[in-house]
Amino acid sequence: MSIYVNQQTKLVVQGITGSTAKFHTKLMKEYGTDIVAGVSPGKGGETVEGIPVFNTMAEAVKETGANASVIYVPAAVAADAILEAAESKIDLVICITEHIPIGDMIKVKRYLEDKDTVLIGPNCPGVITPDQCKIGIMPGYIHTKGHIGVVSRSGTLTYEAVHQLSQLGMGQSTAVGIGGDPVNGTSFIDVLKEFNEDPETHGVIMIGEIGGTQEEEAARWIKENMQKPVAGFISGVTAPPGKRMGHAGAIISGGKGTAVEKINVMKASGIAVADTPSTMGETLVRLMESLKKQ
Amino acid sequence: MNIHEYQGKELFRAYEIPVPAGYVAFSIDEAVSAAKELDSDIVVVKAQIHAGGRGKAGGVKIAKTMEEVRSYAKELLGKTLVTHQTGEEGQVIQRLLVEEGVDIQKEYYVGFVLNRDTGRVSLMASKEGGVDIEEVAENSPEKILYEEIDPLVGLTAFQGRRIAFGLGLPKKAVKQGVDLFQKLYKLYQDTDASIIEINPLIITTEDQLMALDAKLNFDDNALYRQERIRGYRDESEEDPKEREAAKYDLSYIALEGNIGCMVNGAGLAMATMDIIKHYGGTPANFLDVGGSATTENVSNAFKILLSDEKVQGVFVNIFGGIMKCDVIATGIVEALNTVEMTVPLVVRLEGTNVDQGREILKDSTARVISAFSMDDGAKKIVEATKNFNKRTG
Repeated sequence: MSIYVNQQTKLVVQGITGSTAKFHTKLMKEYGTDIVAGVSPGKGGETVEGIPVFNTMAEAVKETGANASVIYVPAAVAADAILEAAESKIDLVICITEHIPIGDMIKVKRYLEDKDTVLIGPNCPGVITPDQCKIGIMPGYIHTKGHIGVVSRSGTLTYEAVHQLSQLGMGQSTAVGIGGDPVNGTSFIDVLKEFNEDPETHGVIMIGEIGGTQEEEAARWIKENMQKPVAGFISGVTAPPGKRMGHAGAIISGGKGTAVEKINVMKASGIAVADTPSTMGETLVRLMESLKKQ
Repeated sequence: MNIHEYQGKELFRAYEIPVPAGYVAFSIDEAVSAAKELDSDIVVVKAQIHAGGRGKAGGVKIAKTMEEVRSYAKELLGKTLVTHQTGEEGQVIQRLLVEEGVDIQKEYYVGFVLNRDTGRVSLMASKEGGVDIEEVAENSPEKILYEEIDPLVGLTAFQGRRIAFGLGLPKKAVKQGVDLFQKLYKLYQDTDASIIEINPLIITTEDQLMALDAKLNFDDNALYRQERIRGYRDESEEDPKEREAAKYDLSYIALEGNIGCMVNGAGLAMATMDIIKHYGGTPANFLDVGGSATTENVSNAFKILLSDEKVQGVFVNIFGGIMKCDVIATGIVEALNTVEMTVPLVVRLEGTNVDQGREILKDSTARVISAFSMDDGAKKIVEATKNFNKRTG
């Protein structure tokens, strides 16, 4: 078991003829991901890495039975790509594209409210279940199969955590990058719920950063519901408050969202918070060992 | 991207949102002729900088005569204004807004901003306008009214009425208020704004609503489709290094320390600053090269780092995903071939194409201290910078 993606995942790559998409399609395929189709408007009938390309998502899903998509299209057209994927009734959409206008994502999020499609991202590294399925841009070689779930707002810190775990001999069940944008699809809590119910996941690392209150909400949810040990890290403790304009942002966040606030709430919820980004793996291992002794 | 108050008011006028008559002035003479044009007993001279808190900091003056307009304009233009939102270094006043005075009956606060918790835009309003609204929000949160806006239907008239009645607007002004809120939301949508704030929104003694201030901020990701907003950019309000970095799609923020950092990904970049501090060093900057940087961008990033005279050591921390390590390594080598590097350089490479990246660095003549982890790299650069400092004293 694992969450979101596994050997049954049949992937369609949206924007497959672009250079970044081509490069990562090759790497995903080499890793063993079952890529059944690509979509690129106007390029229908071509192939990339031996994968058939379709003009529309509807065709791609109908012809191949794909159940997940990954989006590599440019930011200006990415929101439309997400909507097209949802319209095709695909189960899972993972959007790698960064710099999507916030206004576009507000509409996308609203549109997805009454759809069954799950969106992960945008501006995320993707999702990987080691040795089964890699969707996104993460370097495959750092991952090992195992029982630790990783969920993070930051792509590169996800790699950092996974790398540390693998070096400590702790494999991963699934690693999920939820993306750093202010408006995104899947939240920390959504992913934590999945890990909580996944019998293969025995512990979780959750990596957040300054801004928003997702981490605080997740911490409170963990306190109430999580059956498994969780270690965490928050980046941005030393980030300067910076110049700003107006008060609206501060009012809506109610002064919350600082690294210190997040760390305090996480600690109060029983999460072991790593002091530095290089001890995320260690912190979880220590927590799990101390629980075993009890 | 931020714009000036007078530019915001120009947008308000285009959306038929009432604002006082006024003109921008770049010189003392322009300020005086603007004041003459206004034909008003009272003239307000307002410093135009990209930060709030101008009133408290002495950036807003009330003039009753042309001599006063002249002397206030002279005082303000060229002065460095320090407000609680500018940071210690402040910002130089280069433009003034010269406006007619209006008779205020009551002041309110109105703002539109994204609520990250719901993923929707919120309209916020309060009776307590013209004051420190953050203090109101903290001490008496019940005095702030909220409406969440459904992006599919927009701000509805009944939501506008709820706010108008909640603010206790005079009966004659309720319809005006609803209309004004809806126009503001349309402006927010049309221009890909991220903040629109009016503090104060006033009601005049003639029961007329009017925006006395305008703070607007726009989503950088959407500027590509906002030609008019792009035209409002005032580069003199931006840090020159940050501006240079933006040309190469780099996200750069100058800081106080002496260790230059080049990292991929905002999360890792912040974490790198955190770990440098943890080991007793201080970062000179935040620099995220992003995921799609070319060797040219990386090379330029490196030059920007080294152009900071405070920098006494550089830490490159890359965990490649979409960013390839060989691109980073080639960029570093190219930069080192064109600029002289006297300070220590620690490089940690991991991730996509890591072997190629390490190979490129090894083959170059550059004196690179390699690190096998983030922790190792942070320790090495803090140590190397200290030693460099001792040597150069």
